Amino acid sequence: MTSEQTSTTRAAPDTGSPKRTRLPYYPGCTLKTTGKGLEDSALAVAETLGVELVELPRWNCCGVVTSLTDDDLMRHIAPIRNMVRVQEVSDAGLVDDKRVVTLCSMCFNALKWSNARIVGDAEDLKSLNDFMYLEEDYRGDAEVVHFLEILKELDPEAIAEQVKTPLGELNVAPYYGCTLLRPKSIGIDDPEDPTIQQELLEIMGATVIDNPYKTVCCGSYQTVQDKYAVAELTHGILSHARAAGAEAVTTFCPLCAFNLDNRQREVLEKHPDFEPMPVFYFTQLMAVAFGLNPKCCRFDLNHTDPRPLLRGKGLMKEGA
Amino acid sequence: MAETVVITVKSEAFLKKIVALSAEAITVCDQCGTCSGSCPMIAEMDVTPSQLMRMVQLGQSEALDTKTMWVCASCFACTVRCPRGLDVSKVAEALRQVTLRRSVDHLDIRNIPDDELAELPQIALVSAFRKLTG
Amino acid sequence: MSESKTMMEKISESTRSLTTGVDTRDVEHWVTIYIMGRGYSVPADLTIMTAMEFAGYKLIRSCGCRQGFCGACATIFRREGQYKLESALACQTRVEDGMCLVQIPFSPAEAAYYDIAAESYDYSVFSKHYPEVARCVSCNTCTKACPQDLEVMDYIQSAIKGDFESLAEQSFDCIQCGLCALRCPAEIVQYNVGHLGRRMFGRYGSPEPEHLKTRLAEMERGEFSSVLDALVGASTEKLKELYAARVRESDE
Ligand code: SF4
Ligand code: SF4
Ligand code: FES
Repeated sequence: MTSEQTSTTRAAPDTGSPKRTRLPYYPGCTLKTTGKGLEDSALAVAETLGVELVELPRWNCCGVVTSLTDDDLMRHIAPIRNMVRVQEVSDAGLVDDKRVVTLCSMCFNALKWSNARIVGDAEDLKSLNDFMYLEEDYRGDAEVVHFLEILKELDPEAIAEQVKTPLGELNVAPYYGCTLLRPKSIGIDDPEDPTIQQELLEIMGATVIDNPYKTVCCGSYQTVQDKYAVAELTHGILSHARAAGAEAVTTFCPLCAFNLDNRQREVLEKHPDFEPMPVFYFTQLMAVAFGLNPKCCRFDLNHTDPRPLLRGKGLMKEGA
Repeated sequence: MAETVVITVKSEAFLKKIVALSAEAITVCDQCGTCSGSCPMIAEMDVTPSQLMRMVQLGQSEALDTKTMWVCASCFACTVRCPRGLDVSKVAEALRQVTLRRSVDHLDIRNIPDDELAELPQIALVSAFRKLTG
Repeated sequence: MSESKTMMEKISESTRSLTTGVDTRDVEHWVTIYIMGRGYSVPADLTIMTAMEFAGYKLIRSCGCRQGFCGACATIFRREGQYKLESALACQTRVEDGMCLVQIPFSPAEAAYYDIAAESYDYSVFSKHYPEVARCVSCNTCTKACPQDLEVMDYIQSAIKGDFESLAEQSFDCIQCGLCALRCPAEIVQYNVGHLGRRMFGRYGSPEPEHLKTRLAEMERGEFSSVLDALVGASTEKLKELYAARVRESDE
């Protein structure tokens, strides 16, 4: 990557120029269904901040988890094919940056890791290019970033300017899980003590609660074969958040959201005294703080309805 | 008085295979147990992650019969902590692949209840199928 | 004399293929093809299907419309000197010298059983009936195999995303030949997934056409009953006469 190139194309908030930075955007399957609340709120937030996320016109499922066996190339095809799409829109001048923005942390991890793995091995890159002979060759110079990184590049003042409804009384514990942090070479923050969500939540005026379980895995795909094992993890994560004083947690991952939110049903089966806790997509709270139309939050898709909590804190109008 | 303990590797070929698939220097694991202490899934396991590493070191193909390799959630909690820089999740993946590549699924897709399928996000199915079906 | 003429006739007859009726004396160009490994010399301008028949195969399965519509005649072949396995419809593809081929009469795939009225119009209908779509590795092998030149991978991706409209659009010309499913490393049955998706889109996604609604109402009101009754009661002669005098849309 050429650093000059990206520094000139960094997302810039309203600098007086009417032209917005156009960044390629990879949504991922789940953001079109159960994770719609993440996509819609993030797009609205990005727009408010002068960042235009241009959805790739053609994309495929990234495969979600990175293939970990040394000899397996087949499961890297899906992520790399998406990188070809990033190259295409960039070559066509439809975007101003070769860094593709992800919202879903699992897509982020899978794309970034495979990209690093394949681009790091010229022979493997050639094998995949040969195999995908119907596509243009991938040159290996596109990159994968997470939306949080884009937010961090912005001037904190510019973000603060947009805050119309400071989150004030809301006690919220950021949850990171795995894929934003691990492995180290892929993660965007300290794998043991990340703070990136906290910094942004503070700009939005929230009371940030530190949950000692913020980096503990939610059980991920084990939810398919053993929902009660996952419910135990959910119980641990949310109980610790509650004990530390949190009323809600935030996430960027639709699978964490499913495990932490929907699996509260199984938690209640095993622990009847458990007090349900809303699970926000991070950008849902940003949209609330920015005073954006709550429709973009798709709270109807949350399992534990967060609206009573928001109304109770005066962060949402009655009836909205 | 120095005493020599001879450790026999049950199947050199098995050890080599898992080393090749995982690309991890499994033999340098010194059994400190950090991985086991970091693993969020440990309550569901029959042997701990460090025990799994030991089994592979000793060439015990019984590692393939453990529940542990299937309940590893690939969360990389152990990966970032291993003082030897090893990645146990890659070893678990190598073990899974030995079975899956013989076209033996661990998860029977047809046995997932309909109400679960109706609710699970795609991201859950895609990842579970990649990890648990061949 | 007359006896030898009959003999000549017999010889002449023998140059005519029983099934295709091609007279070998009329054939100028010949090619050699290998059907399941065995070589046959066949006229160069035949399709794979007619060439097989010329070679003496009687096609009971693997053959239907002969027009490229039914999808029964899926064929896998390899061109001489090529490593690639290609696929095609036997009734639509000309033989080439050195072609090595086999007909695939049937792909043993599972088709879901469902009540379309009871399904929910979102991605979960695929999770429920064809959860294996989540196994797609985006290898694009299906697209390469498709004799209809469909973007099969993309329509499977549309299924994963729950995008019924693009699925329906992209899979519309599928003739269910089964070639994609036979090549898919993830063992997905693309054509059945496409079928389910198009039905769902038809039922829930696309607006009910106005003219259909109007016509159904007219039928329910009995506006066509008398015309139909007249036809049912007509004699064979009368029917023949009406048939000959009918107006087709293309005549108008
Ligand atoms: S999509 Fe599959 S079944 Fe349909 S025409 Fe193409 S190859 Fe044949
Ligand atoms: S052949 Fe199968 S795995 Fe490959 S792209 Fe098509 S549906 Fe996906
Ligand atoms: S016979 Fe029907 S498509 Fe070839």
